[in-house]
Amino acid sequence: MKARAFNYVRASTIVEALEAFEGAGSDASYIAGGQSLVPSLALRLQAPELLIDIAHIPDLRGIELKGSWLRIGALTRHAEVLADPLIRKHAPLYSEAAPHVAHPAIRNKGTLGGSISHADPASEFPAMTLALGAELEIANRDGTRRVSADEFFVDLFQTAIEPGELLVAIHVPVVRPTHRWAFHELARRRGDFALVGCGILADVIDGAIEQIRIVFFSVGNTPLRAWKAEDALMGRVLNEDAIAAAQAAVIHDLDPPEDENVPPAMRRHLARVVLGRLLGDIARQKP
Amino acid sequence: MSDLVDVTLKVNGSEVSHRVPARTTLADFLRQTLELTGTHTGCEMGVCGACLVLLDGTVVHSCLTFAVQASGSAVETVEGLTERAVIADLQDAFHQRNSLQCGFCTPGMLMTAYSLLSQPGVPSREEIRDALSGNYCRCTGYEAIVDAIETTARNRAEGRDAPAHEEVEA
Repeated sequence: MKARAFNYVRASTIVEALEAFEGAGSDASYIAGGQSLVPSLALRLQAPELLIDIAHIPDLRGIELKGSWLRIGALTRHAEVLADPLIRKHAPLYSEAAPHVAHPAIRNKGTLGGSISHADPASEFPAMTLALGAELEIANRDGTRRVSADEFFVDLFQTAIEPGELLVAIHVPVVRPTHRWAFHELARRRGDFALVGCGILADVIDGAIEQIRIVFFSVGNTPLRAWKAEDALMGRVLNEDAIAAAQAAVIHDLDPPEDENVPPAMRRHLARVVLGRLLGDIARQKP
Repeated sequence: MSDLVDVTLKVNGSEVSHRVPARTTLADFLRQTLELTGTHTGCEMGVCGACLVLLDGTVVHSCLTFAVQASGSAVETVEGLTERAVIADLQDAFHQRNSLQCGFCTPGMLMTAYSLLSQPGVPSREEIRDALSGNYCRCTGYEAIVDAIETTARNRAEGRDAPAHEEVEA
């Protein structure tokens, strides 16, 4: 359970990191918090020739409000996500999810950018990134590009980040006064991976749902939007009938994989339960 | 491939410098290079919590950090906390409550407890359990461990420097 031998370089700028990756003939990995990467190296699921430490690059840090967007540096640690007042105010689904991400020692070191670029389908932060409708700022040798969360999560542990590219920041459209949100996950123990989890961001105008993003995790290869459940709610007042319609629809949104511990039918059932609770929470929230 | 790297750390207040393979974890660096064996290695996957140390003041898994990543930082191990006597009351409460059992997980438990009790307020039993979610005790001594941490938290809140042995019930 030890990593294969590798070379190590500590980058102090984004350009330095990108050049180091290219110089290693792409047989390299970036490391920030390392809370998922180090176990993966220990298990030899990955064995790069070079580790490029990006934890000391100032441009990857910081949380700032820029107009109607909150820019969160990729190196923001989970514990900072949990405590940061700007995130609490403007991107609250991250704050709601943070206490459920692993346990304190992991949260002290793991980074938001690391979690999102790792794209574990059972992780909270990738799913909340999708629920918040965030955009991901990615650096490469030509500069930077922005990818919407809807296009970012491609498949199991696979994102729109190309080899050598680096996630720089997460841009979140700030929530408005008409927004309501809720997060819930079912896990056997706090800190464990969820059996089923969900985050919802809804724009409620004059009592009716104007826009809604419902995102599940731990139910497939990527975080998943529950499109049919969303459609069932559009334009409606969030009453018992509307919630029941969304619960009926969500069964058809999800196609969970076979799992001997949690069969697909059980995950669908749990998704229905979680969705009902969350929509109930949102219905009770005051505008 | 030359994978040796220079690692300079402040460990328990003293500066140390060594040249080690880059793949050396901070846990192995502490245990094997510095012979500070109070930090235990269990799962080496970030699950069991036996290897917890303070890195620049925050509790982290030393098995999930390569020593070279920590170069330039300050590390404190259970030996450091013990020498500074900042967990003497906690250690005493663990003893009083019979929270030690085989003792393998104890250094990590103490690290988590130290970190939790460094925050303001007295944590509830639920909060203590939540904080301990990253520490495995295979003897399943959790109840006694939660007792010991709760006792210490209350004693500290009441301004008692030394643990009050007579108030500890069997």
